[in-house]
Amino acid sequence: MSLTRTAISGMALAAASATAAAARDQVQVAGSSTVLPYASIVAEAFGENFGFPTPVVESGGSSAGLKRFCEGVGANTIDIANASRAIRDSEVQACADAGVTDIIEVRIGYDGIVFASQQNGPDFAEFTPGQWYHALAAEIPGEDGTMKTNSNTSWTEIDESLPDAEILAFIPGTKHGTREVFEEKVMLQGCEDTGAMERMMSAGMDEDAVEEACMSVRSDGRSVDIDGDYTETLARVESNANGVGVFGLSFYENNTDKLKVATMGGVEPSIETIASGEYPVSRPLYFYIKAAHLAAIPGLKEFAEFFVSNDVAGPGGPLSDYGLVPDPELAETQEKVASEAVMN
Amino acid sequence: MTDATAPGAVPSGAGQGSLLARDTRTAKRNAAEGRFKIYGLVAVCIGIAALIVLLTSILTSGLSAFRQTTIDMQVTLDEERLDPSGARDYDEMARVTTFGYAPLLRDGLQATIAAAGIEADLDPGDAMDLISDESIAQLRNRVLDNPDLVGQTIDLTVLASGRIDGFYKGRVSYASAELDSNVSPEQLRLAEALEERGALRTGLDWRFLTAPDASDTRPEAAGLGVAILGSAYMMLIVLVLALPIGVAASIYLEEFAPQNRWTDLIEVNISNLAAVPSIVFGILGLAIFINFAGLPQSAPIVGGLVLTLMTLPTIIIATRAALKAVPPSIRDAALGLGASKMQSVFHHVLPLAMPGILTGTIIGLAQALGETAPLLLIGMVAFVREYPDTPLDGGFFDPATALPVQVFNWTQRSDPAFVERASGAIIVLLAFLLLMNLTAVFLRRRFERRW
Repeated sequence: MSLTRTAISGMALAAASATAAAARDQVQVAGSSTVLPYASIVAEAFGENFGFPTPVVESGGSSAGLKRFCEGVGANTIDIANASRAIRDSEVQACADAGVTDIIEVRIGYDGIVFASQQNGPDFAEFTPGQWYHALAAEIPGEDGTMKTNSNTSWTEIDESLPDAEILAFIPGTKHGTREVFEEKVMLQGCEDTGAMERMMSAGMDEDAVEEACMSVRSDGRSVDIDGDYTETLARVESNANGVGVFGLSFYENNTDKLKVATMGGVEPSIETIASGEYPVSRPLYFYIKAAHLAAIPGLKEFAEFFVSNDVAGPGGPLSDYGLVPDPELAETQEKVASEAVMN
Repeated sequence: MTDATAPGAVPSGAGQGSLLARDTRTAKRNAAEGRFKIYGLVAVCIGIAALIVLLTSILTSGLSAFRQTTIDMQVTLDEERLDPSGARDYDEMARVTTFGYAPLLRDGLQATIAAAGIEADLDPGDAMDLISDESIAQLRNRVLDNPDLVGQTIDLTVLASGRIDGFYKGRVSYASAELDSNVSPEQLRLAEALEERGALRTGLDWRFLTAPDASDTRPEAAGLGVAILGSAYMMLIVLVLALPIGVAASIYLEEFAPQNRWTDLIEVNISNLAAVPSIVFGILGLAIFINFAGLPQSAPIVGGLVLTLMTLPTIIIATRAALKAVPPSIRDAALGLGASKMQSVFHHVLPLAMPGILTGTIIGLAQALGETAPLLLIGMVAFVREYPDTPLDGGFFDPATALPVQVFNWTQRSDPAFVERASGAIIVLLAFLLLMNLTAVFLRRRFERRW
């Protein structure tokens, strides 16, 4: 009985208030936790400088954000989805099915992914993708191309220049967009660099199987998936002297007193080396705007334009101070936002 | 116990033993009792030790959130920069963004340092890192509120940046500053020089309780204002909805409803609902209140409704227990004197059950206050900087967060200064919970009657 009552009173209340809820005067953003700090920095500055209320920014991950973005058009759906990867075709399709046909894609800059260990730990100074492949791959092909379980336990076994420390890596879990970048730009690259890929090919494996074998990570406890945030990775690295963690550049820059970073392929990660493309492990960051909301939600266009303005996203702006690598093609992005150019 | 009297279980030597001399079996039983007491004591000690560890870790890292380092400085408000037209027109002046105010603050800080007679070999940009980015917005708001200030030199007290603040709270040292890319030993030396001249000090600051959240670059400015308001709004909604509905349902079920299969079914369901994981209510809230009824996301109204659903079973169970505890003789006496069923309930049973009902309600509210999971799905785990309006102006529909959400958000931020903020928020949350539970204890002590 009480349940029915509750439901009825809840419904009645909801119905009574639905009219009040129709209008919304602040921009709503959700999505990638990598983009979240940047989006909240911009939201804060936007609220301070414009007559509009400060946008509400949620996190939850790129996929979750895009899923909510694609729920439909209307005041009770979000206006902007942040993503640390480009939108997938399947997601564009899902959006279109729900009536979200016009989407504006905005690239805000690049994010570097760095490999760091604790200050007092072994001297991890230089890594190459090949070393990481040998350290973390589940199976490595032998000389004749037959797959053998990865038996490396110490970094010196892989390369004598590396410290004699147990292999223990904290890498982003599979729900993170960062994992995809790690697999592609480190594991796959390392697989290719070390010639493992060639050996697998010549042993008669097809291309998909090779790619999968290259990117599969060992599961014997030497590689630990971190499903939480970088704060969790940091806590794990701080409690394991031999641990090496995978972090975002901005997170590392905020914790340089606790972490020391290693070079990748001989290049030190920094805003400059990532912008120039020398540092190999980086990825673009995006946000997606629902074009249908531009007219309905006050401040949405102004917010998007402010986000990509030179003062904010350009070199020396607050975002690059925080660790975002400015997009060299920012002017084109600004043009795209101004003209509300939608994805085809 | 039975074996003491069971025939054949008489120990050898029984009958000769004196009641005053302990035989082996008594000794054994006494030892078992002693051991049990020790187990119990150990369990209690473990509990207390865990509590002490938890509280000390939270208090040591969180109490500093209530103290803040501030810097006094003078800023010259250059008319050329802030209001080139000289008309003091608000719209015209609002066009100068915080990016336009930053140089003024930078020059002002340089002048302040020079006036204090400090020789610092820092370039103005690095010196600027001593003060919070929040101060730029603070200055701009002050000028826009009072345009006549343009052209004058004003005194301004600004927040020190998170790293400098951390230096005075023991989080940052010269050794860590060597390695830190966000602060240098020179900046710390400048801060110490300012402190010597009285321009920089660390003191109690209640802004932590009133200010809204701030972005990752300004941990020093982040506060709990929006979260406390959001939590208060939700508790209000829960109280207003869950108490009457819960009490009405319990009275009906306990006093009026016939005992049949249906009421049994309802009873089982209520007990079941009380044990449903709270995230399930969040999913329900998303589906019903947001997607179906079209209520706004991130709003306390939706949070309040979801938490109401979550709290109802707790309140119903507590209320029914309280009603059951009222002796039947009270009801019989009332009925015997000619009161109707309704009169007996409302005039006699309910007042006597009230302390129990209120206690149950408060405990239910306290449980709802600490919930994060159901709020995750309805968009309340968010970065919200605008205070919601008053309830009369539709504040229930404005975006807000909640106290536990703020803790969750802050623990994910990269700047270590947010650890202090998160612990501070936990202290505030614990204080509220303690207050509510104390009220519950007080009500019980004050009004409870025993038969």
